[in-house]
Amino acid sequence: MSGIRLEQVTVSVPTHDGDRRILEETSLELTERRIALVGPNGSGKSTLARLLNGLVPATTGRVLVDGLDVAREGREVRRRVGFMFTDPAAQLVMPTAREDVALSLRRTHPDKAERLAAADRVLADFGLGGFGDRSVHGLSGGEGQLLALAGVLATEPSVLVADEPTTLLDLGNSRRIGDLLLGLPQQLVLVTHDLELAARCDRVLLVRSGRVERDGDPADVIDHYRVTA
Amino acid sequence: MSAQLLGLHQPGTTLLHRLPAGAKLVALMAASLVVVVVDGPPSAVVFVAVATALLAWSGARLGLTLRAMRWLLLTAAILGAWTVWQNGWPRAVEVVGDLVALILLATTLTVTTPVDEVMDAVARGLRPLRRVGVDPEAVALAFSLMLRAIPTTITLAEESRDAAVARGLERSPRALLIPFVVRVVARARDTGDALHARGIGD
Ligand SMILES: Nc1ncnc2c1ncn2[C@@H]1O[C@H](COP(=O)(O)OP(=O)(O)OP(=O)(O)O)[C@@H](O)[C@H]1O
Ligand SMILES: [Mg+2]
Repeated sequence: MSGIRLEQVTVSVPTHDGDRRILEETSLELTERRIALVGPNGSGKSTLARLLNGLVPATTGRVLVDGLDVAREGREVRRRVGFMFTDPAAQLVMPTAREDVALSLRRTHPDKAERLAAADRVLADFGLGGFGDRSVHGLSGGEGQLLALAGVLATEPSVLVADEPTTLLDLGNSRRIGDLLLGLPQQLVLVTHDLELAARCDRVLLVRSGRVERDGDPADVIDHYRVTA
Repeated sequence: MSAQLLGLHQPGTTLLHRLPAGAKLVALMAASLVVVVVDGPPSAVVFVAVATALLAWSGARLGLTLRAMRWLLLTAAILGAWTVWQNGWPRAVEVVGDLVALILLATTLTVTTPVDEVMDAVARGLRPLRRVGVDPEAVALAFSLMLRAIPTTITLAEESRDAAVARGLERSPRALLIPFVVRVVARARDTGDALHARGIGD
């Protein structure tokens, strides 16, 4: 199992009247398999999640994944850390489902015929067998999110960071994607407003006003969040 | 979502489908050059006729193809009206004819060729430029992102329009344009993030 470490990390963003700190100094050791980040809008959950693959750089401190410094070994880190966004439309970049998965496989399958065959296998694994030639533009929210997940997992990351992956989905799809994520062998860092989903993780962090306010047993942290919301 | 993917590949067995993607790309570039360089309304009419014939030969499904091209054709029509007003009919026929011919030729390419093959052809063609620091794969990907951006932008425009209509602001250019620009910029940023996260460009 991989390990994520934050060492005295802060994040500040420049504004017109000076820098604004959006993540207060945070040190964390994340080794559990399924970790949820919950908290109010604008509290810093996405900032924390995006630190893990370098989409947001730490202003001070260090972020390490399997001992690799995200700031210095970004490429290596991004190979290990897959990232899933809320809206699949932003993430799916190729015209058809097969081509989009194949794009993820460019590095591991240099030969094109093999790559497309591998992409078809990935699609089949995710129950998207008939979708190879479908335009990514015409997929439903659930299908799109499933395809986005297939594209990310095709690269075989050891950690998956997902920023509100079920927020745009209906009940059925949200449950399906949620179950799939929680059942993955990979380490999962899940940002979510779905407290039932968070409760099924091994550890929950409550983020509020740019700091980790509570951290630990899911039931305790979620109870605290509910009474203080 | 009514936006159709521009010229989504339609599989087939015509000669146009079987030609290598690289040959078709080079032919498209050469043809574009001819269309742009050769002046005069009569030649523009000929170009449109030839391009239409090629597209018909590819066996493209008329309804699907027209839907994919309707925004471009609308743009051509607006441009045409403006040119008639500014420069008269002959010039308008030339300008719009050239533009429509180019649209039809490009559509013929995308109808008969999977984007993946176009990307590979671009990457191969640019390989010699590696020495001067051009990354062929990146250029090829940019190509496909461009194609992908068209239907996405149309969807964003439709969302912006619907949102404005819902608030009774359909006559306010500000209520249409500003949210549209914000949406396009936000989507571009999100797509950039997603590409980065997928390790593309590493
Ligand atoms: N690039 C940026 N520039 C300025 N401010 C930013 C930037 N990124 C984030 N912020 C601000 O930092 C704060 C935390 O943002 P973040 O996106 O991490 O919140 P969040 O917990 O994910 O919220 P939500 O639940 O709404 O997604 C917000 O106040 C946000 O406006
Ligand atoms: Mg967020």
